[in-house]
Amino acid sequence: MKKMKKVAAAVLASTMVLSLAACQGSGAKTEATAQGKTEAGSGETGKTAETPGTGGKTKISITFRDGGSDALKNWFEHAYETYDKKDSIELDIAPITASEGDYFAKVALALQSADTAPDIVCEDTFQLPSDVAAGYLTDLSGYLKDYKEWNDGTFYGPLVDGVTYSDGSVYGIPYCTDTRGLWYNKDIFKAAGLDTEWQPKTWQEILDTCKVIKEKCPDVVPFWCNSGVASGEATSMQTYEMLLYGTGEQLLDENDKWIASSENILKSLNFINTIYKDGYGPSLSKVLNGEAGNIASREYLPGGKLAISLDGYWMTGNYKETGSAPWPEYKDKLGIAAMPTSEGQKPGSITMSGGWALSIPQLSDQKDASMDFIKHCMSYDIYLDTIIAQGNIATRTDIAADPTYASQPFMEKCTGFLSGAFYRPRNSQYSTVTTHIQTMVESVVSGTSPEDAMAQYKSDVTNSVGADNTVTK
Amino acid sequence: MNKKSSRLFAEARKSVLILPSMVLLLIFFVMPILLTVYYSFTNLALSGENAKQLKFIGLSNYVSMFKDRTVRISIVNTLVFLLGSLIGQQVLGFLIALNMRNRNRIFRGIVGPVFLAGWIMPEVVVALCCSTFFGDEGTLNQIFSFFHLPTVEFLFAIPMATVILANIWHGTAFSMMNFQSALDGVPADIEEAAKVDGAGPFQTMLRIILPCIKNTIATNTMLNTLSTLGVFGLIYMMTGGGPGTKTLTLPIFMYRQAFISQQLGYGTAISMILLVIGIVLSVFYTRVMRKD
Repeated sequence: MKKMKKVAAAVLASTMVLSLAACQGSGAKTEATAQGKTEAGSGETGKTAETPGTGGKTKISITFRDGGSDALKNWFEHAYETYDKKDSIELDIAPITASEGDYFAKVALALQSADTAPDIVCEDTFQLPSDVAAGYLTDLSGYLKDYKEWNDGTFYGPLVDGVTYSDGSVYGIPYCTDTRGLWYNKDIFKAAGLDTEWQPKTWQEILDTCKVIKEKCPDVVPFWCNSGVASGEATSMQTYEMLLYGTGEQLLDENDKWIASSENILKSLNFINTIYKDGYGPSLSKVLNGEAGNIASREYLPGGKLAISLDGYWMTGNYKETGSAPWPEYKDKLGIAAMPTSEGQKPGSITMSGGWALSIPQLSDQKDASMDFIKHCMSYDIYLDTIIAQGNIATRTDIAADPTYASQPFMEKCTGFLSGAFYRPRNSQYSTVTTHIQTMVESVVSGTSPEDAMAQYKSDVTNSVGADNTVTK
Repeated sequence: MNKKSSRLFAEARKSVLILPSMVLLLIFFVMPILLTVYYSFTNLALSGENAKQLKFIGLSNYVSMFKDRTVRISIVNTLVFLLGSLIGQQVLGFLIALNMRNRNRIFRGIVGPVFLAGWIMPEVVVALCCSTFFGDEGTLNQIFSFFHLPTVEFLFAIPMATVILANIWHGTAFSMMNFQSALDGVPADIEEAAKVDGAGPFQTMLRIILPCIKNTIATNTMLNTLSTLGVFGLIYMMTGGGPGTKTLTLPIFMYRQAFISQQLGYGTAISMILLVIGIVLSVFYTRVMRKD
């Protein structure tokens, strides 16, 4: 009996302590809920005040990721200041300060309950299908019937497709898009004796250039690409997919099955492996850091410590007067080259393109007011200011023709890349598969062989999407 | 009859008094555990089609778990982290307690507060301190370069050892205090008698002191085991489980699967391994304790 008691006590004690661990694991959840609660709490007061006669305002809350730049916050504040319904609407700006991976988890949790769901949420278009499948977002089709710009082709076609779910309904208004390429520091190229008008035609030419830089400028990091789990989607899209799609393969095959293992996956991983094995990449402590993207674009590239960076157009937003790392001469010191295909095969160069959209959660209680505010945010003048400040590519064709916008450095070339751009799969499983891609890339970078990393990827993807939905090439 | 009814009344009163705490335990403790067990058999997800309809999927989470190489890696990592922390915390804690006992004032004044500081600080602050201490341009590397020694990327070259060191700093004070009170309980006369009988310090330690405090050692080991198994924030902040899978312990792997890959069901299934390891080790310790 005593024996039993002791064993029972031990079992209970261990479950207790371990459940503490579980609590820690779900810390994000409690935090998100708590945050949402206060929002909802203040929302309540807004609603009570809304009753006729008290002259109160309707409150809409807006959630986005605070990544250390004020561009989005300024956009919503500026839009609100110029809003003609300011007297009846109150705006609650509720950003989430988190890494990219954590942002999507927090948003998904917040959207599950009416108490925590905001009225407008910024969704990365890759996460959109998954959140639509989960029933988290409102079908906006009904609202779009009388949205003139939506129906007269003002928004770029491929971006409209990006926010249209497989059932043909629209779930977001795209507010930015992007293209990617090889940014290079011309000063370093000059010092290494290289041509400052650079356009590699194959992956091998990139590696050859890195070799020259490493020999001539030993203190400079030749090549930087997002490579860690901590960089989240940036690692999948800016690095892995830019390589994979450049081999001619895509993530899904023609029957919409995930390619879990192939020669081309291996080829892409081998390129990454060569970069780090031959010492062309930055130190792991820099590139596996959650701040990796910022270190490269705000510190290393302008500081003359990095020669080539595979990154998106938005990077230039940092260098503007209003940016996080102003670099007055960036127009002349920086160059952009298109990312070549693996062996220079057609179409010669490639880019991935993505972007973000403004969506209305299914559980929002102010859908009409929110949609109206979104339209105001996307109106010509307001949107023009923010898209320049964000350093992103506009989703409206009429903005693209605006002289202030079009005269920005590199704009013409980067917008030009859009014509042949590839988009990520519009598949609700992508948001899970992409995390496996990040794990695969980080393991190659930190010493696992490309073959082993791909084997692990295959097992992870098969586990997540089911063996029926994967193929091996 | 009267006696019987009064006893019945006493029993009833006891039950009523204990009821509120039982209800609280059920709601906040037993139910979450049962729910966790239940969810580990479902397709619960944060987003996607699965988030819309919760389905019972039997053992498939467990089947894929046994096929998953990363699960094996993280079990091994968890055990390495556990063993390193346990040995470090206990040996260091014991040695410090022993030296404190011998009333070395300078030692007491410096070492005590240093380790106590690691213990009273929240995990997050410990992680921050250790990251800046072991970082590339951190304190330790600055000392190294001052003496013209090569610098080391501690968090990348030897990540597991580094997080273990951080955890040792965080946990040693707890062991130290346990051992201090246990050592105070060792009767001075037995020690003296041993000395009179000609036992050296080593023999006194091995045959007198250690046997006297063995119960404390066992309890301390058990408590440390359970708290170390649950360490999340420290590792997550310092390395995030990386580079690659080098410091990926079960709690971090569970978090990644549940919240980053958005597969809550699979994440809860992984947490079950943690539960099993904890139970197995606790039963093992109680058995060892009971032997004597």
